[in-house]
Amino acid sequence: MTNHWVDWKNSDAFIVIGANPAENHPCGWKWAHVARDTRGAKIIHVDPRFTRTSAVADIWAPIRAGTDVAFFGGLINYVLENNLYHEDYVKLHTNASFLLSPDFEFNDGLFSGYDEKTRVYDSTSWAYQTTEPDKSQTSGTSGGAGQGAQVTTEESTTAKRDLSLQHPRSVFQYLKKHYARYTPKVVSQVTGIPEEKFLEIAKIFGATGVPDKVGNVVYAVGLTHHTTGGQMIRGIAILQLLLGNVGMPGGGVNAERGHANIQGNTDNAQSWEILPGYMRAPTPGLEKLDDYVEENASKPASPDSLNFFGSMYKQFTVSLLKTWFGEAATEKNDYAYSWLPKPDKNWSWMTIHDEARAGRLEGLFNAGMSSVNIGPDSNRIIESLSNLKWFVIMDPLPTSSSEFWHAPGVDPDDVQTEVFFLPTTHWIEKSGSFVNSGRWAQWKHPALPATEGIRDDTYILAQLFLRIKALYEKEGGALPDPILNLTWEYSSADNPPLEEVAQEINGRDLKSGLLLESFLDAKDDGTTAIGNWLYTGSWTEAGNQMDRRGTDDPTGLGYFHNWAWSWPANRRVLYNRASADAEGNPWDPERPGITWNGSLWVGDVPDYVPDSAPSEGLGSFIMTGEGVGRLFAPSSLMLDGPVPEHYEPTESPIDNLLSGTRRDPAAIIYEGAAASFAEDDSEFPYVATTYRVTEHEHYVTQHVPYLVEAMPDFFVELPVELARKKGIDNGGRVRVRSKRGEVIGTAMVTKRMRPLKVGQGKIVYQVGIPVHWHYAGGTGKGKAAQMANLLSPYIGDGTTATPEFKGFLVDVSKA
Amino acid sequence: MELTRRDFLKASAAGAGAAALSTFGFDMKPAYAQAQQLKISRASEIRSVCPYCAVGCSMIAYVTGLGETQSFNTTPHLVHIEGDPDSPINGGSLCPKGASTMQLAVNSSRVPYPKYRAPGSAEWEEISWEDALDRLARLMKDSRDNRFVPKDGKDTVNRNEGFAWTGGATISSEEGYFTTKLFRALGTVGIEQQARV
Repeated sequence: MTNHWVDWKNSDAFIVIGANPAENHPCGWKWAHVARDTRGAKIIHVDPRFTRTSAVADIWAPIRAGTDVAFFGGLINYVLENNLYHEDYVKLHTNASFLLSPDFEFNDGLFSGYDEKTRVYDSTSWAYQTTEPDKSQTSGTSGGAGQGAQVTTEESTTAKRDLSLQHPRSVFQYLKKHYARYTPKVVSQVTGIPEEKFLEIAKIFGATGVPDKVGNVVYAVGLTHHTTGGQMIRGIAILQLLLGNVGMPGGGVNAERGHANIQGNTDNAQSWEILPGYMRAPTPGLEKLDDYVEENASKPASPDSLNFFGSMYKQFTVSLLKTWFGEAATEKNDYAYSWLPKPDKNWSWMTIHDEARAGRLEGLFNAGMSSVNIGPDSNRIIESLSNLKWFVIMDPLPTSSSEFWHAPGVDPDDVQTEVFFLPTTHWIEKSGSFVNSGRWAQWKHPALPATEGIRDDTYILAQLFLRIKALYEKEGGALPDPILNLTWEYSSADNPPLEEVAQEINGRDLKSGLLLESFLDAKDDGTTAIGNWLYTGSWTEAGNQMDRRGTDDPTGLGYFHNWAWSWPANRRVLYNRASADAEGNPWDPERPGITWNGSLWVGDVPDYVPDSAPSEGLGSFIMTGEGVGRLFAPSSLMLDGPVPEHYEPTESPIDNLLSGTRRDPAAIIYEGAAASFAEDDSEFPYVATTYRVTEHEHYVTQHVPYLVEAMPDFFVELPVELARKKGIDNGGRVRVRSKRGEVIGTAMVTKRMRPLKVGQGKIVYQVGIPVHWHYAGGTGKGKAAQMANLLSPYIGDGTTATPEFKGFLVDVSKA
Repeated sequence: MELTRRDFLKASAAGAGAAALSTFGFDMKPAYAQAQQLKISRASEIRSVCPYCAVGCSMIAYVTGLGETQSFNTTPHLVHIEGDPDSPINGGSLCPKGASTMQLAVNSSRVPYPKYRAPGSAEWEEISWEDALDRLARLMKDSRDNRFVPKDGKDTVNRNEGFAWTGGATISSEEGYFTTKLFRALGTVGIEQQARV
């Protein structure tokens, strides 16, 4: 989230889309109720199902799964056509005034640079018009939490701008043109949301484009689980920037994470494409550290831009390499940069399992994770696991993956995989921090000792690593250097204490040995070691900031700066410079983010240089090269388009009504998978979406007796009209079949899912399938698998590679 | 009068409040209050965070047999988990999942020791930690050596395509970071967690 849970009380209007917080994040959702009760906030819920969130909303709009880009495109168009955007904000804080390269084009659903053979865009033309390189050194004192580091921008090109926003090549005019097609009528035909309901939503949320009203968009995996998922989120960002809602208390782009520490583990790069702190993983061809920095660090595109992240890229990288390789990382050997692995292709979830299926990947770890349940296309995933040489489960409890080799219907004789189950401690038995959706890192304390036979995750990993290291010392082998030289300065080498790892993440000054206070102190000369710059300040010489329990809230805005610690720099609302106008006065004096008091920015921890006077005109978005928020995302940020464009899901019941390009042209298709997609709706006429219920979390709660009792069995939710047509009774049995698999469950016949009218009056039925059940626990134990992801297609979003778990085609029948 | 536990339960079942007063001839209310209190009165309060969704609800775990309450015949025992009223986020509340985390922590399905399943076998077998870790370290090293790619043409890539890591998100940031550090040092490129899926 750009904002955080408590901050929701500051909102005037909510769009909750692809999420069901009343059931899935109930204790956070209450802050929306506070906003409704104290400010009269309006709540709009957009979702294929009527849920408990809809029940407490002012408006529920049923939407066809996978059409959210069209919905946001429609809102963007409405806001632009009706002049509802916050004009001063848009001019000051966004790239609306930037002029686009004459080479950039969009034609019938395709942006310039598309290669049909490889399905990949060359995004060079998604660029600004620039002036000649500016040789003058722009400089400033730099940002974030404090004082300090000198930041210089190198030779830079500057984007041309037209602050009147009238230039035909301006980003603003391009947006107008691009989204002119997204009229309320077409949006209604694509999404199935009745036109008058769409207009009602547009009117309510469009009204937040004034300085003293703030709208909040909340989403979860209902948005990300599509081939156009990344672009749906971009749709939110554009809408919120146009309405002046980014950086404002009560505003922002707010993702609800579904697991306790997805946020923290992403920040710390348990993700193939990044290093800790969102630096890109180095790629082939970037031989030297400087090549890597040159390629990946953003360049200033405006003389007003601080370009903080870009300008610190080398300092952060060197500090990371010093943390990992210590004395072995020297200026002479480029700080051991060459030891970092360089992926040649996307190596995300589906690729990993695809490599296993092809027999190329020999071993795999599932740690607190279950490949089989997650899928997509669980049968294909079982093939992947069966083709592994070895497979390790690190988990406190059995999973569908730990038992895949003797699952109902699988003959163990046929599975040659060696399987290890290494039982681990659970959250309650150890310390460490969980980072919530609002970026608050909260420390926990171990409450129970582990029983004799189980071990900490860190123990297992340390033991494996130390044993592998011993083997390399003895036998040699492929590039032992990074293994032999990995730093290991832990008081207990066998089981590194998490308190010491937390300090390693925070970072130290290597000369004084002291813990760092701020990432501004990161050096590129090898004198600082920082595991993750985003977390510098989380554990300082003053102690563990994540364990703070102060409950003071002097502004009443819910910042709680002394409770736990929020990245970066304990800042509670990201981009908060945009909450004030050009003079540094808050857009809404009742709801100030940060305010210029004549010598400093005060309020929240400023996302800005704290003493840079408004008259200096420094750009408000210090992380971007442009110095402003991006309505248009130039080259290589998104791989499937610089602005969101609607495409139909991979499997859909209608043609694309907005262009001649039916499906996302850059979606990632794996070997052999295309044959398992339904071309049209002739055999599989109904749209399926997967979801979660309030009593369960993913797959682990099948082991919790109270929760199994509360929600015991797999079921399928389907509309009354469809059930009637198929002769299926409420409480009877229903079979759901996709081109990839089938499940059978209890029919929940409901008015909560309604037939939608799409295209030229075509009726589309949607069915809902919860994901929680499996053969390794609960009432499903030992029985044939009723896993929702037996049905889902093996295809990924072009930018994020997220599978399309929602919005695929099925058939239903009485079972 | 000797009051056995059985008698007490019988008397309680006969009716609360006034009925209890007449049965025993004295007011049972303080006794009930005492009985309620006993459960956590000698327990240590330990602050944790809910392991389910990412609202980040603070919780208090009540554990007996730790620290000051530890005695010769006690072992640490989790007796209760509830929402932490100090938290600005949840203010003491928990959802159905959070409120039942006791059963996640103390759970008869927890796997009590390492297990191994040989190729083609239909059974798990018990394996010692030493043997499991030795065997796995061997497999990991061999897979790394087998599938290590030092160069793509003339480009140095130092990539281990032999094994991959998929991690969950109920581990802390520190554990996540530690994993990243180790696996990147091993050259692993297939590193994933819960974010995408």
